[in-house]
Amino acid sequence: MSIHAAEAAKDDASYAAQEEAHGIEPRRVGDVVMEMKNITLRFGGVTAIKDISFDVREHEIRAIIGPNGAGKSSMLNVINGFYHPQEGEIWFRGEKRGPMRPHEIAHQGIARTFQNIALFKGMSTLDNIMTGRMTLMKSNFWQHTFWKGGAEREEVEHRRRVEEIIDFLEIQAIRKTPVGRLPYGLQKRVELGRALAAEPKLLLLDEPMAGMNVEEKEDMCRFILDVNDEFGTTICLIEHDMGVVMDIADRVVVLDYGRKIGDGTPDEVRSNQDVIDAYLGVSHD
Amino acid sequence: MGVGLLNTIEVILNGLMTGVMYSLVALGFVLIFKASGIFNYAQGVMSLFAALTLVGFQSGQIPFAELINAVFGTDVHHFGFTMPAILATLCALAVMVLFAIIVERLILKHLVNQEPIILFMATIGLAYFLEGFGDMMWGSDIKTMDLGLPQGGSFWFEDVTKTWAAEGSDYWGMYVDVLDVIAASVAICLVIALTLFSQYTKTGRALRAVADDHQAALSVGISLRYIWVVTWAIAGLVALVAGSMWGAKSGVQFSLSLIALKALPVLMLGGFTSIPGAIVGGMMIGVGEKLFEFYVGPMVGGATENWFAYVLALVFLVFRPQGLFGDKIIERV
Repeated sequence: MSIHAAEAAKDDASYAAQEEAHGIEPRRVGDVVMEMKNITLRFGGVTAIKDISFDVREHEIRAIIGPNGAGKSSMLNVINGFYHPQEGEIWFRGEKRGPMRPHEIAHQGIARTFQNIALFKGMSTLDNIMTGRMTLMKSNFWQHTFWKGGAEREEVEHRRRVEEIIDFLEIQAIRKTPVGRLPYGLQKRVELGRALAAEPKLLLLDEPMAGMNVEEKEDMCRFILDVNDEFGTTICLIEHDMGVVMDIADRVVVLDYGRKIGDGTPDEVRSNQDVIDAYLGVSHD
Repeated sequence: MGVGLLNTIEVILNGLMTGVMYSLVALGFVLIFKASGIFNYAQGVMSLFAALTLVGFQSGQIPFAELINAVFGTDVHHFGFTMPAILATLCALAVMVLFAIIVERLILKHLVNQEPIILFMATIGLAYFLEGFGDMMWGSDIKTMDLGLPQGGSFWFEDVTKTWAAEGSDYWGMYVDVLDVIAASVAICLVIALTLFSQYTKTGRALRAVADDHQAALSVGISLRYIWVVTWAIAGLVALVAGSMWGAKSGVQFSLSLIALKALPVLMLGGFTSIPGAIVGGMMIGVGEKLFEFYVGPMVGGATENWFAYVLALVFLVFRPQGLFGDKIIERV
């Protein structure tokens, strides 16, 4: 076992102990909410994802890990509709999903964050998170243009929910600040807030901890666990940092060169020889 | 007050009002550029087309009359009724919204993710098509637009300003065209309305979101195609207002499409991405060119208004390439 993995195992154990000490019930993992069946994605001659299947269960934290260029981000983009796989089926909430555009998928209840933060930089934190509720607002163009037909009540109601999310993420102080001016760690947090605001059935996080320092990482881990715990949100996340993933994920999919080389609980994955090889590198002779 | 100072004030006032009109045209460019990154060459022609449509409806012209006559051998030109200005304006607005939908369906939808230069070329094509189409639909004769707005110099203002001059001086008061004042007021109301719309409504928020980041906008469930239709429809509304104001001032003729050329220096000055930039830029150009014409013009033989705006814009480009309010472009090397 690698040093890294050993460390992760120690962290994992300490986390479990902590959980026990605080009397937190184990997470209630439910039915399969999304299933990817034999997904293959090609860009011209390059196969980014090759025949990959896995599922995500309700209320769980599902991680996708793998070295650079393993196809993790492509997989997330397939789930959220930026890419359309050439082969395979996607089942979401018991129904096979036809070819859909990203904004339609957002309306189905899949929200996401991006690896290189994609916030609306000129807009305030509040406005950014308000856009997250776009899919839940029902008033039509004329109603909200003239603030008639319950548009005002709707706005106030959504605003209240957004304030709750702002409290939850502890970003009250930057409510009115244009997000372009915020430091990196806070921007990541605002982006998480925007995704949360949609009250998603499935939350996709693309490297939520990338580029963060240790404290920011710890904060982010805490928020992800709290989101999962308090709102019961199903989370599918990509991470580079093995240690972090092993701490917070219920189940892990491991990709390498566009293929799936491991799938299971953190402990199972950790002891998988293929995974160890992919991460440490072995000579294939 | 001295006569010289009063003259300067008069020139500045007139410059401001012309400037607001430039701003109005520039605003149409900025709206579309922000939302979709397209420099819409057709904005000027859209103003012309909107004005033609407005006059056409108002005077009860039959659209495509020439074509109908040529094909069916008839001789029809007018329906024989006229429309009130308000109704005609609403009809023209409906046509501009329809135009926005068609542009999205036929052009933008197919050019998603293309290079900006290709989109630019598409709008050049669109501009010339629309010019020809307007010609075919409403005929190429010069039309007068009568929206029932008062026109001509304000005697009241002349009388008031006359008393400002020192006793006994040979001063006749300031000349301010009432139509200019109305046009400027309309433009200001339009800008306020657009600002309120973008700040306080759901669609406005979506518009700003799309202007900032396409991918993120998609991920929160905003349909880019819907937003494009909305933006082009708003640009159509701006074109209609600009076209009818310029049209009321100087008649509806095909040279109206050239007002787009006046918007270019405004954009260079104000930046392509800033609405306040378009407004302030327009006023600076308006005031600048009028003052230059007034003080320097006589020395160089006049007609400086044609080129002064561009020179001013070029000087600005050298020192602030992003424009007055444009986003500063910082790139990592």
